[in-house]
Amino acid sequence: MSAVIRASGLVKHYGEVRALDGLDLSVERGQVLGLLGPNGAGKTTSVRILATLLDADAGDAEVAGYDVRTQTDEVRRVIGLSGQYAAVDEHLTGFENLDMVGRLYRLGRARARVRARELLERFDLAAAGDRPVKTYSGGMRRRLDLAGSLVADPQVLFLDEPTTGLDPRSRTGMWEVIRELVDRGTTLLLTTQYLEEADRLADEIIVIDHGREIARGSADQLKAQVGGERVELVVAQRTDLLTARSLLAEFAVGEITVDEHGNGLGAPVAGGAGVLMQVLRRLDDADIEVLDIALRRPTLDDVFLALTGHVAEPDAAPRKGEGDEGDRLRPDLAAVAVAHEEELA
Amino acid sequence: MTTLSIAVADGAVVAKRNLIKIKRVPDVLVWVLMSPIMFVLLFAYVFGGAIDPGGGVNYREFLMAGIFAQTAIFGATFTGAGMAEDMQKGIIDRFRSLPMSRSAVLVGRTASDIVYNVLSLAIMSLTGLLIGWRIRGSLGDALLAFLLLVLLGYAFSWVLGYVGLLVPSPEVINNASFMVIMPLTFVSNAFVPLESFPAALRPFVEWNPVSAVTQAARDLFGNTSPAIPVPDVWSMRNPILYTLIWIVAIIAVFLPLAVAQYQRTASR
Repeated sequence: MSAVIRASGLVKHYGEVRALDGLDLSVERGQVLGLLGPNGAGKTTSVRILATLLDADAGDAEVAGYDVRTQTDEVRRVIGLSGQYAAVDEHLTGFENLDMVGRLYRLGRARARVRARELLERFDLAAAGDRPVKTYSGGMRRRLDLAGSLVADPQVLFLDEPTTGLDPRSRTGMWEVIRELVDRGTTLLLTTQYLEEADRLADEIIVIDHGREIARGSADQLKAQVGGERVELVVAQRTDLLTARSLLAEFAVGEITVDEHGNGLGAPVAGGAGVLMQVLRRLDDADIEVLDIALRRPTLDDVFLALTGHVAEPDAAPRKGEGDEGDRLRPDLAAVAVAHEEELA
Repeated sequence: MTTLSIAVADGAVVAKRNLIKIKRVPDVLVWVLMSPIMFVLLFAYVFGGAIDPGGGVNYREFLMAGIFAQTAIFGATFTGAGMAEDMQKGIIDRFRSLPMSRSAVLVGRTASDIVYNVLSLAIMSLTGLLIGWRIRGSLGDALLAFLLLVLLGYAFSWVLGYVGLLVPSPEVINNASFMVIMPLTFVSNAFVPLESFPAALRPFVEWNPVSAVTQAARDLFGNTSPAIPVPDVWSMRNPILYTLIWIVAIIAVFLPLAVAQYQRTASR
């Protein structure tokens, strides 16, 4: 077994709430595991236990062969952790933050300084490096936090919702950085609320809900269960509905749904934006006026609907707004698609 | 490296971080330095006319050691507030995920707060000198007095540092410390002569560490007179030794308590 991260039967209670209810996972060297779930599913709890910040009530876990409960120092020497709430000191400059972390890893004064400058350069923070973090944008803070977790070149990295709350541009930037790390052979455990993020970054995905695994597999396997992407459109004239339907049938890989009341059509497709373009072209050739058209990718809600029959609902206080915002910020979803979804709803 | 030298090295890194914050957020420092000046002036001029320490000693001379003691102990509030604030900030997760000493955050915090204390003692001394306070003993004795004051303040930093880990937010600290430190400093010989307390309170006043450090500082600064009687109680007859015992005892109890609590709070 070459599992670098291994956990079995992890249980954690917070009073009455079971944050984790017997989670098992393992990640091989150089692989990326995505923990996908809504708020309150137990993602952060899992990461905190594996990163030695939290003791599990039951179960055991190892990172790089060290027990996370009894060999905390050994574990801490080989891991990097970057969370949803940037673990940086806002009164210090970016440089001072990284230099401090380097000193605490006992790199030595000179090495810590060099490493701090290197990381600032690499994360596009060199120009802001001598400004207090207070003046940084959310995306910059996250990058600095990620840089902080990489100071000692860890072989295992934990990223807890690395892009939650970031704007689309920062999010894609973050993905590039993470991808690069993984390409260099870092073993990564990533938590996310976005199927798309897990899809882009993870080799294997575990979907969790109420502290339990409800599905596991590659992104493709999960999408196959969920039904993949759909083209959804609304035509201007009801009389065009049947023609549009037959055009759409050429691209559909499953059943086409018709909403006669709203002049809407929907069909599962394969091939992404290219298909959307072709559908549009065919509709245009046929002189069919389209009010609205969008490519809709499966969201976490779709995954949950398909897997559990209910949509993802946070356990704790309602933080639905956050999730909504997240979906709206997905870079590949045009505003028109959101408008369309709302119209359908 | 030994556990101790790791704790000191890592503590120094954390202390440096705290000191940078003093530089970046100077408003806190202004407050730290203004309040002792205010205390000196208030006490000197409000009570100065009403209280006669006896033995021909000027009240302002009598007062200074007491004000020093009160300020040194109140300084510990910053440690409590600082710890409580740190525990709320994201940076604590970074500290906790690093292979650093478990006591470093506390060691660093208590160490950097010594700087606050030394600065406010310096400002108060200058204010005192302006209103007529004089060091009448030797320079060595005066330095020993300041050292005792700073050490006792440091010991109390560990108490408040521990409390700071227990409270849910930094705001609570100010009230909590007020409730404890006010009675402790006022029911002592810091501002009024010991003899003025009712008999029932006397034993508390006599064995209060604040009284001891005040008495020690007064003796060392030469701000007493042979005409003022020293109660025939061991603590008041041996105030330096008694203060040192308190310093050692407080640290011996609260350092392990605070470190253990840090670990516990850390793994919640």
